[in-house]
This record gives sequence, structure tokens and C-alpha cells, in this order.
Amino acid sequence: MIRNSASEMAAKLAAGETTSVALTQAHLDRITAVDADVHAFLYVDTEGALAQAAAVDAKRAKGEKLSPLAGVPLALKDVMAQKGVPTTCGSKILEGWRPPYDSTVVANLKKNDVVILGKTNMDEFAMGSSTENSAYGPTHNPWDLTRIPGGSGGGSSAALAAFEAPLAIGTDTGGSIRQPAAVTGTVGVKPTYGGVSRFGLVAFSSSLDQAGPCARTVLDTALLHEAIAGHDPKDATSINAPVPQVVAAAKSGDVKGMKIGVVKELNGDGYQPGVRARFEESLELLAKAGAEIVEVSAPNFEYALAAYYLIAPSECSSNLARFDAMRYGLRVGDVDGASAESVMNLTREVGFGKEVKRRIILGTYALSSGYYDAYYGSAQKVRTLITQDFTKAFEKADVLVSPTCPTTAFKIGEKANDPLAMYLNDIATIPVNMAGIGGMSLPSGLADEDGLPVGFQIMSPVMKDERMYSVGAALEAALLSKWGAPLLDKAPVLGGAR
Amino acid sequence: MSSLSRDDVAKLAGLARIEMSEEELVNLSNEFTVILDAVARVQEVAGADVEPTSHPLPLRNVFRADVVVPSLTPEEALSGAPAQEEQRFRVPQILGEE
Amino acid sequence: MTLSYDDVIAKYEPVLGLEVHVELNTNSKMFCGCSTVFGAEPNTQTCPVCLALPGALPVVNEKAIESTIKIGLALNCSIAPFSRFARKNYFYPDMPKNFQISQYDEPICVDGYVDVEIETDEGPKTFRVEVERVHMEEDTGKSLHVGGATGRIHGAEYSLLDYNRAGIPLVEIVTKIVPGTGKYAPEVAKAYVAELRDILRALGVSDVKMEQGSLRCDANVSLRLIGAEKLGTRSETKNVNSLRSVERAVRGEMIRHAELLNAGGRVVQETRHFQEDTGLTRSGRSKEQAEDYRYFPEPDLVPVAPDAAWIEELRATLPERPSIRRKRLQEAWAVPDKEMSAMINADVLDIVEATVLLGSDPSKARSWWLGEISRIANDKDVAIADLTITPQDVAEIVALVNAGELTDKLARQVVEGVIAGEGKPSEVVAKRGIKVVNDDGALMAAIEKVCAEQAETAEKVRNGHLPAAGALIGAVMKETKGQADAARVRELLLGHLGQGN
Ligand SMILES: [Mg+2]
Ligand SMILES: [Zn+2]
Repeated sequence: MIRNSASEMAAKLAAGETTSVALTQAHLDRITAVDADVHAFLYVDTEGALAQAAAVDAKRAKGEKLSPLAGVPLALKDVMAQKGVPTTCGSKILEGWRPPYDSTVVANLKKNDVVILGKTNMDEFAMGSSTENSAYGPTHNPWDLTRIPGGSGGGSSAALAAFEAPLAIGTDTGGSIRQPAAVTGTVGVKPTYGGVSRFGLVAFSSSLDQAGPCARTVLDTALLHEAIAGHDPKDATSINAPVPQVVAAAKSGDVKGMKIGVVKELNGDGYQPGVRARFEESLELLAKAGAEIVEVSAPNFEYALAAYYLIAPSECSSNLARFDAMRYGLRVGDVDGASAESVMNLTREVGFGKEVKRRIILGTYALSSGYYDAYYGSAQKVRTLITQDFTKAFEKADVLVSPTCPTTAFKIGEKANDPLAMYLNDIATIPVNMAGIGGMSLPSGLADEDGLPVGFQIMSPVMKDERMYSVGAALEAALLSKWGAPLLDKAPVLGGAR
Repeated sequence: MSSLSRDDVAKLAGLARIEMSEEELVNLSNEFTVILDAVARVQEVAGADVEPTSHPLPLRNVFRADVVVPSLTPEEALSGAPAQEEQRFRVPQILGEE
Repeated sequence: MTLSYDDVIAKYEPVLGLEVHVELNTNSKMFCGCSTVFGAEPNTQTCPVCLALPGALPVVNEKAIESTIKIGLALNCSIAPFSRFARKNYFYPDMPKNFQISQYDEPICVDGYVDVEIETDEGPKTFRVEVERVHMEEDTGKSLHVGGATGRIHGAEYSLLDYNRAGIPLVEIVTKIVPGTGKYAPEVAKAYVAELRDILRALGVSDVKMEQGSLRCDANVSLRLIGAEKLGTRSETKNVNSLRSVERAVRGEMIRHAELLNAGGRVVQETRHFQEDTGLTRSGRSKEQAEDYRYFPEPDLVPVAPDAAWIEELRATLPERPSIRRKRLQEAWAVPDKEMSAMINADVLDIVEATVLLGSDPSKARSWWLGEISRIANDKDVAIADLTITPQDVAEIVALVNAGELTDKLARQVVEGVIAGEGKPSEVVAKRGIKVVNDDGALMAAIEKVCAEQAETAEKVRNGHLPAAGALIGAVMKETKGQADAARVRELLLGHLGQGN
């Protein structure tokens, strides 16, 4: 049962073939069986999840009209505030903090009766591409436990790939939904910026962060997308417009006559041969399904990484200032005679990990007087140029595509001491965040050289998210008939029973 | 060439309120030489004629009505406090301006 | 050693700069729905947003924007077609996010002015104070310092924080430098803040209570030698919590700077704190090492771009300018300059107008508020506004006097009673049994009694020695406990003694 897709589970629940309590219990059992190896979860809310499941079952028994995903379990990235449930963001500085409020995403999940199993591991404050930066230890890729599951949302993607949950919430600032999806053989979507509320999403970089759906199929991500999206008056950057019809698009999967633009700059040197091979193969399948493949150029994308590593650290240096030991979280050095300032200094030294400190210092520098124009200011100009590149490219194509990442999952520890090499992982995902458009990653097969999953990225214009779902569904269907079974069936068996 | 000395890093750490060991200061200073070189590339294309983008969407005038909504209870507000007294957050002595 | 003010102005020219922070009187906070009511129990008006809990986001209060635009219009500013919020980054425990959402290089209102009139040696003169900018920001929480001496930071062992005030909308009004005031700098500073306060009050956008901190003034002062071009180093004096203090602080700083400069020293650019008791300032944090606030556009908020229609709609709601209103009232009430100034100085203009609008004639209203009531407020050492007596009460008392139901003397007793909390004027009259004795029979009885007791005096009057009547009238008044109308007593007495006409 746990290997079903979320929509299959929902259908069984609706047909009375199982109950949410049984389904939830099955996932809790799976977590117990495999999470010691995978370490996808930081907190499992057994009681809360079963109580929620029982409540949905009761509603169903009464014949209440329920939402499409009612009763289906989900794994929540630990960056989302959930009332009364520990929310750490993978950081020591928030250890033990239980929010007195729900994020809007959590409120929407509860409204849709999606059962929240617990909180998933992540790079501290979402800064990283490997989930090695969690203060609570790394998450392991279910395809190869010695490898990273991507990051920052490695916990969510690993939970999906290990069948610990059929649905997960991720957040994507520079690729933190799409890159983990790519390296774990799962599907992840970064909606248009403003499409899903950021209220209650602990901010890393406010102008780039976006929460989104993660699952094992395109349709499941679409269902979850519609459950969490929509205008939120509590988020001033939320778009006040109808949610794009992503479920309908995922169901139809029609690409006939669509123009698919291959971004010249997001392929080639630096991309692993197996990644490029799977990408070319997917393009052929899409062409066969009736799409027209065109080439587009985005000359300023080569500056995206540099701009990102100025904008995100700058915003984070300010966003993370609130972690100061005064109102919540860790407090260190509060001895007789200590000053507030020294307690702040000591707490932030102990409470933040190395990567977080690195970015805070970098951001502090980029914003400081005398350097603002050269760094932060210039990065914002690059952002304009990247947005213009996208605008021009979307004049020639309905969606743009590229490999999600240059490589498959690397070994845990392999890039830990080389921040620049680590940052390169996000080279193809970052431009999407800079322009605020939508992006999806779905599995396109395994690289020949290492047998590890490869991701295919689809990018759609602002609030045209349905387009990437159409293309994603078409490609998924074509690949499935080629493979004969879901890609995850090729993953090694974890924890015994399937 | 862009670089940050150990003392520059110490000053930034002070602004960012992070205590740092000598070793950390030196390591970061070394790392920044590489990182800054990489990020300084943004200056190559950022001409005076390019408008900066601080926000990905061209939204304007997003407001809320001046309506009071229920606050947290003081218990909820103080639930995460490392220390409290008299329904207030207790913090170490504040030095500096009055 | 202390220089006289005359010595200072003989040698130096002062240059002023004034920054005023105004708390807006919106119902909810700047970026969240928490209440702004003053004086609530600690931390009862807080939420994830104003406590800066992880994940919380600000949303701008529309009324605060409207109030700010109105302020800008009233101060003759241009309203920016596009403005943005920015983060001002610095760590301080009373500021939950460790940044203040403020405005930096794109404020909402720019380039205005306020004309203030002050009395000079050559008569009234108008000074134009130019306003550089009006921008929006948010207030901080309040800290209570525990241990040590007096609740001050120095010597405190720890602090207790209440974030009820955190996030209350603030408007900051910054002047350009104000040169050319010469010796009148302290008066101009005071008059500017007073005019600003009157404008803000008339707009209805703030409680403008300096003593409660809803209007706070920072006074920047520098001196340069008369005729010099280059500006001197300025000090910024905070904590100036009354109009009188504004004047004292500026004067005090001018003298302090001059003493330093005369002794060959230099003025340090720093924040200083005004001390109400001594009228002097005390050094705060030195700004020698400038703060680096790392301003950048607030990414959680979108730009404010008011269109012309909205601005005109707000302009149409602007009330009469206080200075124009004063001229209008002075004419309507036919008050001489001196008394008008007296009313303005005593800050009774609003209350007198309210009384007049309730039917009192202007001269009576003025004389009650400026006379008896001001005297009582002075004796009690409170502000007139803090007394329980209202314009409604005074109008009622004036009406009772006009109707002959109270004498002026009795009316004073009624005023006393109202202020003592005995109720409305009619209740005081009833409770104290105050009434004019109009009953001629009762008066005649008293007159006959007095004339019998003081037969000799009565005889003098009967014989045409009228000045002697005063003693008899006084005795009758005493006999009737002051409740008689003295004129009527005199009339009846003289008739009784054959001197009527
Ligand atoms: Mg300010
Ligand atoms: Zn609040």
C-alpha cells in the first residue's frame, strides 16, 4: 500500500478499501523500519498524525464531502511552523521551539485533511544542497545510503523515495525542492513566487523562498499544489489571483503543438554524460508526443550563481538576526553579569553551523556601507537581466527545459569542504528563483555510469504553472511506458519488506 | 582583487553578533578570497542603465485594513522564552544607549 | 564660568535640525493586527509578527499609509509616486526582528515646510522650517531595567521586555537644517514642535501626547562662528518630552557647545539625553564610530505607489491649518493679540472653542478656562486637560449665570465642585444646595434683622449717608450664606431705609 501514489491511496480511501488510520499507521511503521538508515525525519508526530487520521475517517464515515487528498499522509519540511510541533529548521538555535501558530501551508493542509506525519530533515535554515548541513546529522539517499539526498529538502525527498510518505512539502530558494527531487528520482515543484503563501515558512531569503509540493508522480504534486496554493492576506507578496489549473493539466498531459525551449546555457560542459544522455532522450520523447523542440539562449544565466550567492546571503543575514536568544530558542552564556550583547554573540556562535555563519558574514559584507552598490546592488541588476532573458525566451517557447542538476547524487562528505563546488549544484535551478517563475523536476531515468537518478527540469512563466504540469505529465507517461514500471522500483530494497 | 582580512571578518562578525574563534576568523578570511572572486562577477554586467530588481513580481500597494485581530495569549507569546518574569521576557543586562 | 546666553549669540550662529517621531493612533499595529491601546498588561498585544517569531511576515496597515500621506500634505510635502520600505539592521533587545522596518532613500513624503510665528524684539515674525522627509517606521518594545539604582540601564542586573508597543506605527518627520534663527533658535524649535503638534492633532492622526511618548522630539544643534560657512559639529538630544523642554534643550546645548568651543575644545558628535530635572543634557552613546545599518529594500513588502486620485481624495479631507484657524478664531471672538497669545500659551484654544460651540459666549469661556480653571490646574500641578471639568460643564455654568441662577461667586463654587468630582454642574448645585436667594420676602426678613441689630448704621443710611450701606449689605449676604444677589439686596435695603428711587 505504501508504494502507491497519493492519488491511488486517495482513491482507496474514497472507496472504503482502507482507512486513513490504517494508511497512516502503515507509514509510521515504515518510518520505524527504515528511518534509522535514511534519517529523513527529525520528528515523527505519531499521536498527532493518528488523531488527525481518525478525525478524517470519522468525517468520511459521516458522509462529509472531503478534499481529494483527505486522509493521505504527508511529510513536512522542518522549516514550516506547525503549532505545538517542534520546528528546528535543522538548527541547534531553534532546538525545542514549538511554534504557537500554524503556517498558512500547514493551515491549508489541515483544511484539506492531509495527515501530517512529522518534520523532515534539511540543511540548516535551508542553506545547502546536500542536507549535510543539518545540525541533527545528514539524511541518506535511499538509492545509495552513502550518498546525499540533495538539499536543502533532502529529508522530504528521501522520505518519498524510501516510501515513508507519499507526499511532502519542500521549500525552494535556489533549487531546494528540485535538486533533491532530481537526485532521489522523485517529483518536486517550485510554484511561481507568490503562488503559495510564505507565512510561517521560516525565511532564508525572502525574495527567493517558495514552498511547493513534492511527491512520486506529477499528478500527486499537482493535487498537493492545489491544496496548498492560493492568495494569503498574511503574505504581502502573495499573488491575488486564481490558482493555475495544475491538476487538470497533469491529468491531460497534452503537449501537442507546445513549443519547448532548450536553454543552450544550461547544458554542456560540466554536465555529467549520463545526465546529458537522459536529457536528450526525454527531449525525443516529448517531440514524439507532439511538442516542438526549439533552442533558446539566456546569456545572463552565467551570472545567476554569483548574483544568488549575494542576494540570498544578504537577505539571510537580516532574516536570521531574530535568532538572538532573547525571546525563544537557544540561550548560551547567560551567567551573572553577562550582557545581552555577549549572550547574543555566544548563542549565535554555538547555535549556528558553519555554512549559516559563512552566509551571514558574506551577506553582512555585501550590504555594508561602501560595498552595497558593488555587491548587493549589482546582484539585483543581474536579477533584472536574468528576468529579461526569461521574458525573451518565453517569447519563443511555452516552457523551457534543462537538466535539473549537472550531476547525480554525490557522496556524503565529498564536497563538504568546498563551498564553491557545492554551490555549482544549483547552477540550473537558481535562475528560476531569481525570476520568480515556476520550475519542476521529474525523474528522467538513471545515469549509465553510476545507475543513479537524473532529473529533468521544466520551467514555466509566472502564474502559468499549468504548463510545466502538462509537459511533466506527458514526459512521465512516455517514460513509464518505456520503462514498464516506475523508476523507484529500480531502487534498492530498504529495511526488508516492500 | 576582492578579499577580506581577518580583521575585516572580525568586524563583520561583530556587526552580525557572532562570536568567532581566531581559527574561524582566519579560515573564513581565506575562504572569502575565493568566494568573493566568484561573486564579484556580477559587476561585469551590471551597467548603470540596468534597473535593480529587489522583488520578483511587480506587485504594488498591498495593504491590510486597520482592524484589530486577536493577539496571542501572553502564555503563548512567552512560551518559547528562555527566561521570563512578571509576564515579560527576561533578558541579560542591556548595555549602551538608554 | 557659565556663559550667558547673550555671550553665546554675540559670537555664534546656531543651526537647528529637528526630528520628530509620532505614534499614529491607528487601531492596529503597523504590520499586524495587534491592538495599539496604551497601558495594557505586558505582552497581551503581541503576535507572531510583532514578536518576530520565525516565519511571520509583515503586512502594511492601510490607515497608517493614509495618515502619513495626510501628514505629508499638511506639511506641504510632495507625495512620492513610488516609495519603499527598507530594513534598518541593528541588534537591540527591544526590537524583536533586530531590524526596524523603516524607509531609507525612498520615503513617502519629501520637501515640505512649516511656517512658525514667534514674538521677536521687532514684533511677530514668521520663520519657515523646511521639512526634508516624512517616512513610516515602527516602534520598539519597552524594557524595564531591574536591579541597580533607578530603573536605568546603568547598573541594572537584567531587563524585562514588554513588546506591546513593538510595531506601533511611527511617522518620522525630519527637517532640513534650519539656519538664520539667530538668538531665537530655542523659540523657533519650540514653536515648530508646537505647530507640528497642532497640525497632527487637527489631522486626528495621533494622540500627540509628549508625556506619553506619542510625540517625541530629537533636537540637533550645532554652532558656527557668525559669518562662517561651514557647519559646526552637531549633537543630537533625545528624550525631549515637552514643549518647554524643547526650548530648554536647545538653549542648553547652545551654551554647552559655546563653552566647549570657547575653551578651545571641540563638540563631539553624539547622542545626548535631556534631563528634565536639571535642564541639562547627558552624554549617551558616542557616534564617533558610525553605525552601519545595512539598509536594503524590505523583501517581504511591496512598494507603495499612491495614485493621484487617492492623494487628492486624502487632500480633500485635510482640516483647516491651525495657524489660519487661530486667525479666524481671534477675529470671531474679537480677542486682542495679548489674550490670544495667552490662550495659545496656556494651550486652551481647543477647549475654549469647544465651550463656545456649546453656547457659551467667547469672553466668558475664555475667562473661565484661562482664569479660575487654569489657577486650579496650576495649584494641583496638573494639565487642564487632566481635570475632570469639560467644555460641556463650563458652558452649562455660564448658562446658569446668564439665567441669573448663579452668581459669579456661586459659579466658582460649582466649578470647584465639578473639579472635585462631585458631578455635573446641576448635580453640584443640588448636592451643595447652592442657589441664588431670589425670594424678596426672605431677603426682607434678613434686612429687617440686620437693620435691627445694627440700628445705628441703619439710621446713618436713613439720613442719606449711603456709603454706610456696604456694611449692612455684607451682613445680609452673610446672613443668606452668599446665595443672595448683592444688587437686589442693595435695592431692597435702600428702599427699606427710604433711599430708593
Ligand atoms: Mg527613525
Ligand atoms: Zn502583532
